[in-house]
Amino acid sequence: MDNKLPQSAIEITSLTVAYHEQPVLWDINLSIPKGVIHGIIGPNGAGKSTLIKAILGIVHPIAGQVKVFGEEYKKQRKRVAYVPQRTSVDWDFPSDVLDIVLMGSYGQVGWIRRPGKKEKKMAIEALEKLGLANLAHRQISELSGGQQQRTFLARSLVQKPDIYLMDEPFAGIDAKTEKTIISLMKELKNQGKTLIVVHHDLQTVREYFDWLTLLNTSIIAHGPTQEVFSDNTIEQAYGGQIQKHPSLV
Amino acid sequence: MIEYLTDVFSNYTLRTVILGTSGLGIVSGALGVFAYLRKQSLVGGVVSHSALPGIVIAFLVTGSKAPSVLVLGAAIAGWLSMLLVNMITRTTRVKYDSALGITLALFFGTGILLLIRVQMAGMSKKAGLEHYLFGMAATMSHENVLVIGGLGGLALILMFVFWKEFKVASFDPDYTKSVGFSVHLIDTIITSLIVVAIVIGLEAVGVILMSAMVIIPAAAARQWTNRLSLMVLISAVIGAAAGVGGTLIGDSGHHLATGPLIVLTATALFILSLFFAPKRGMAIHWIRQWKRKRRMMHRQIPALLHDLMERTKTKDDGWTIDVIRGLSPYKSGIDRVLNHLKSEGLVQQANDLWFLTQKGVEYVGIDSKDHGG
Repeated sequence: MDNKLPQSAIEITSLTVAYHEQPVLWDINLSIPKGVIHGIIGPNGAGKSTLIKAILGIVHPIAGQVKVFGEEYKKQRKRVAYVPQRTSVDWDFPSDVLDIVLMGSYGQVGWIRRPGKKEKKMAIEALEKLGLANLAHRQISELSGGQQQRTFLARSLVQKPDIYLMDEPFAGIDAKTEKTIISLMKELKNQGKTLIVVHHDLQTVREYFDWLTLLNTSIIAHGPTQEVFSDNTIEQAYGGQIQKHPSLV
Repeated sequence: MIEYLTDVFSNYTLRTVILGTSGLGIVSGALGVFAYLRKQSLVGGVVSHSALPGIVIAFLVTGSKAPSVLVLGAAIAGWLSMLLVNMITRTTRVKYDSALGITLALFFGTGILLLIRVQMAGMSKKAGLEHYLFGMAATMSHENVLVIGGLGGLALILMFVFWKEFKVASFDPDYTKSVGFSVHLIDTIITSLIVVAIVIGLEAVGVILMSAMVIIPAAAARQWTNRLSLMVLISAVIGAAAGVGGTLIGDSGHHLATGPLIVLTATALFILSLFFAPKRGMAIHWIRQWKRKRRMMHRQIPALLHDLMERTKTKDDGWTIDVIRGLSPYKSGIDRVLNHLKSEGLVQQANDLWFLTQKGVEYVGIDSKDHGG
């Protein structure tokens, strides 16, 4: 990486988000380079998901701004895909896997129009990419955790974005799915895509992420993983919780 | 039967009422699906109760009791109640369910106050406003049916137009925002259509029970299918069936009110669905559970007999069903399983005693190998 920063995919300046006067994110300044797999780690309640939602304009900051490829999110929306936490939706919804993956085309299709043949083909390709082709007509209420996660990833692939924002994609999934996802992430990175991933397992941080942000309401450290991921910064981010964290013992 | 049907169809009043109640059932059934899936079933209750002051005020302002006028008043009040709920949850720390309760109390309280005021002033006879409390399907007019058909039809058309948006926003609102749809706008449209579905049914079913018609058909339909389009269709059919069923029972001359009968018919259909729907129904669940238990017993009882045989080291001893039952974790259905095992030649019976056959001994051996010893 040398000292020269690559051109940034996302630029955040003085971002502050609060829920009922309680700051969740405090004065965040962040530049996320293009073409990297970028991890966001920090303890529970550190504001990791909120940071992603603030980038996507889902939560409104009380101060600061977010630029995506140098412009407002609204203008670059079609270049960004959001992969929410698997557990943030009720999977007992009357739909099959293909239905959900097809939702990845809704942003392109826009209001009222329905996805057509082209979109369906893209959805099926995404399903194949994630090994879900045989589950296309499976009811989503019957999916395992790993299959749910792959469904969400397939949906994001349909968007053909340049930036992926993933919230805990490795939480509660089987080892095989974890491998599938990480190799997909690396493949996307090699195509020049940027992946921003909220993560909780400190053991895999070095292996998975080129760049890293340690977050606990404000930024503790930010930069290339090998430079910023140290006992010292982890201690700062996790504070008293460090002893309790099993992966570090 | 045929005579009865001709009777029904030649009776103009009854035909009008059936058209109206089945129409309101279709609309509330279809749109109720979205309230159900968004876990907003209580919204229906708030909207329908909150419509009451709108009805009374519409009458007081216009002096008219035309269905179109009163429905408009009801819709405005119902819609304002939802606006208030949103305002409370956005600007205060009061939780959503409390905001619903508070809003319902405020609007319904005001409505009752105004209704009694109108009654005291002796205007109510003329207006028949108290019908709106418990519903009065029997007096449904042609104009009322037109209101149900017109507004309800429009609501259904809009549901089809915004189908994709309703679906994605009901499943994953944050994602929907991220791809550029205004979830706030989608929410507003869905809520407005649910308001329409409710207010067109108020005269027939009443403000107190109408909310049931957006919850119950949808909850029943969910048991039958895993596809959104089918769920909406089934829910509409159940709503219509409840409307027709309730009306016909009400018409059968036992001095029973049609509104509550419609809601109770819907409830009966819901209970039937809960028990007998394939996959989700409780009946199929019980059958599966029982089959699983029988399969377990089928393995466990020969193993138990084998174990007893090994311990006593004799092949001639048999055991009574009481001994077997005492040692088995399963207490019921043992005699049936024993008889089934007998028919397969795995056990034998002599007098009251049960024995494992040679085939049974082999079965236990194979079975324990199959299941890792």
